[in-house]
Amino acid sequence: MQVSLFVPCYVDTLYPEAAVAMTRVLERVGLQVDFPAAQTCCGQMHFNTGYQQEALTLARRFVEVFAGGDAVVAPSASCVGMVREFYPYLARQVGDEELVAAVEAVGERTFELSEFLVGQLGVEDVGAYYPHRVTYHPTCHSLRAIRVGDAPLKLLRAVRGIEIVQLPDAETCCGFGGTFAVKNSDTSMAMLSDKVANVLSTKAEACVAADNSCLMHIGGALSRGRTGVRAVHLAEILASTMDDAAEAPADSGGRTEENRGGIDGGWIGRTRDVSGDADGAGGIGHSRSGRVEGADVTP
Amino acid sequence: MSRLELPMVPFPDAAKVALEDSQLRRNLGKATSAIRAKRLALTAELPDWEQLREAGRRIKAQTMRNLDSYLLQLEERVTAAGGTVHWAEDGDEANRIVGELVRRTGSSEAIKVKSLTTDEIRLNDALADAGVQAIETDLAELIIQLAGEASSHILVPAIHKNRSEIRELFARTLGETGLSDDPADLTRAARKYLRQKFLSTTVGISGANFAVAETGTVCVVESEGNGRMCITLPRTLITVMGIEKLVPSWQDMEVFLQLLPRSSTGERMNPYTSFWTGVHQVDGPREFHLVLLDNGRSKVLANEVGREALHCIRCSACLNACPVYERTGGHAYGSVYPGPIGAVLTPQLRELARFESLPYASTLCGACFDACPVKINIPELLVHLRGQVVAARSERGGLRSSLDPERLAMRAAARVFASPRLYERAQRVSRVAQLPFVRRGRIESLPGYLRGWSATRDLRAVPKEFFREWWKKRHGDRQ
Repeated sequence: MQVSLFVPCYVDTLYPEAAVAMTRVLERVGLQVDFPAAQTCCGQMHFNTGYQQEALTLARRFVEVFAGGDAVVAPSASCVGMVREFYPYLARQVGDEELVAAVEAVGERTFELSEFLVGQLGVEDVGAYYPHRVTYHPTCHSLRAIRVGDAPLKLLRAVRGIEIVQLPDAETCCGFGGTFAVKNSDTSMAMLSDKVANVLSTKAEACVAADNSCLMHIGGALSRGRTGVRAVHLAEILASTMDDAAEAPADSGGRTEENRGGIDGGWIGRTRDVSGDADGAGGIGHSRSGRVEGADVTP
Repeated sequence: MSRLELPMVPFPDAAKVALEDSQLRRNLGKATSAIRAKRLALTAELPDWEQLREAGRRIKAQTMRNLDSYLLQLEERVTAAGGTVHWAEDGDEANRIVGELVRRTGSSEAIKVKSLTTDEIRLNDALADAGVQAIETDLAELIIQLAGEASSHILVPAIHKNRSEIRELFARTLGETGLSDDPADLTRAARKYLRQKFLSTTVGISGANFAVAETGTVCVVESEGNGRMCITLPRTLITVMGIEKLVPSWQDMEVFLQLLPRSSTGERMNPYTSFWTGVHQVDGPREFHLVLLDNGRSKVLANEVGREALHCIRCSACLNACPVYERTGGHAYGSVYPGPIGAVLTPQLRELARFESLPYASTLCGACFDACPVKINIPELLVHLRGQVVAARSERGGLRSSLDPERLAMRAAARVFASPRLYERAQRVSRVAQLPFVRRGRIESLPGYLRGWSATRDLRAVPKEFFREWWKKRHGDRQ
């Protein structure tokens, strides 16, 4: 099966490790993976803020860019939701029947990573190893827009070494909501405070979710509070294995190594100096030797 | 009375006040989570809940498409049963009609069933101006009327008050000084006051939960029985009903009387369901007036997407499910219709320009859509209205619109995203542009529009290598 990677703009730019991890996982389960380089942004930010003309232009682009391939897979329930739920709405609004058909066709073969693995491929165990205590935040769009159900949890439960702790009030929104976090920053923060308190109450080392947008929000507060708890994308955990740990830095927090590190060593797969970790959160990174750090290193 | 004369302070500013009120936050958190849990338990026990929701949605959609003929049918049936139907284009006209009807009875008081529609048109204020005192008989409505406050929840208007606040209020306004804050004690005090009003007042005023077009029957659903007192005891009954509250047939009530109580109070059946058809010589009011209120509804009906908001049966499940409402309460929405449904209904019923912050008062988390018993797609309506807000601002034009930083940023971003070349250049620029803000790999302070983010959240610095750069390096120029 030929899979086209749909890497949302903010993942490409701010959280490339999640997209790298997704690539690794899809290749590991034997798929042919392609990245259509003409892709930019699905237009969700424009659409959600009310700039529907701009969003419509980007929807038309998306249909062209992802015309080929069997399936389109993204590490974001939110952007998949945009394509599946709201592209048809946009196309209907302007009465463009041809576009309605085109977006519905591309929507039918566009999937979020976990629903693709579990629902389309029937794979739950991707051979991952992640010896850490994590709590899972089901993001609103994974839960209520595209309804991935417990696909992410099925994948997590099959990960070796992992300890999953139930997040209290898990299904409540973290308060991100795109520009909501800026326009209604006080209300957003009130929601975020409750989410963070619930995450901390689990004593987990990492909060995992299927969307970097929510993770950017939750992780931003975890970082600001210097809690030592990280926000980690599901794909990064799935990419992490005992043997193939080389290119899966499992970190979405406010770390520094990747920014200092040159392209040579690459921030991807760069060995972390666990003892010098600014956050003191312990290492979840992986060394090139294939040994998993963190499990046997005492900070 | 300050009631309902709330100016539309932009939602983010109004919310700030509520967010700092720890008593309000506690009351709301407790009440909404309790009702939420009850609702979930009771909707889960019906195997056909999803079919019921779909049936409710279809009946409402079908009703809206043929509202004109159903309304005429209702008028005909109510009139045939001895009632009188009045048509009111807006709140002022409805208030004039009701005021005149009460004046003709010679009564200086009217007892009221809890009614959002009469709140919407500020009927109590209009009656007061006409020398008629409107007495709210729903316990929570009475509490906020005595306190001179506005409702903050569709179903539980006094959700923002706790029992010790109510004890203090009753001592001050009803002269009930020896009360404890035990709910039974508080209820007894209210009952003592209300019983006397029920027995002495000759005019009752209600809203309507439903009206059945084929029979001319009006329905009010309530918990306390005080509504039934108002409907049955007075000589004259006046009902003010929004034109969207119709259902075509008696059989449709089967669907809504299952949907409403479970969604609303989390009960299998509400304690009091009253139906009446016109008047009868031996029982109940001798005079019945039905005032059909438009007040912006036909304008909403004309919007093919927006009209879905008129399907609302006022259960308030979306309020209880909403994480924004749970934290800000109802007053921040500046309308009798708060919460998610208010955010899509108020700007449509009134002017979008005055309420343009409301469609943005949501994270689009979708909890309201899941909770709605008639499947109103509130997230879609919210983004639809956001689109109208942006379009209207653009049409207004002028310097303010062309210098709006959000608009400029969105337009610029759209141009960048239209071209991979520009997008990649912007990515590289961001790496340099962020430098003044990056400290040890994180950004703790952002300028301008983005300050709202960085006030309480870090942002990770832009990495050395974007995904597309990694991919290109890995695959060469095969792309």
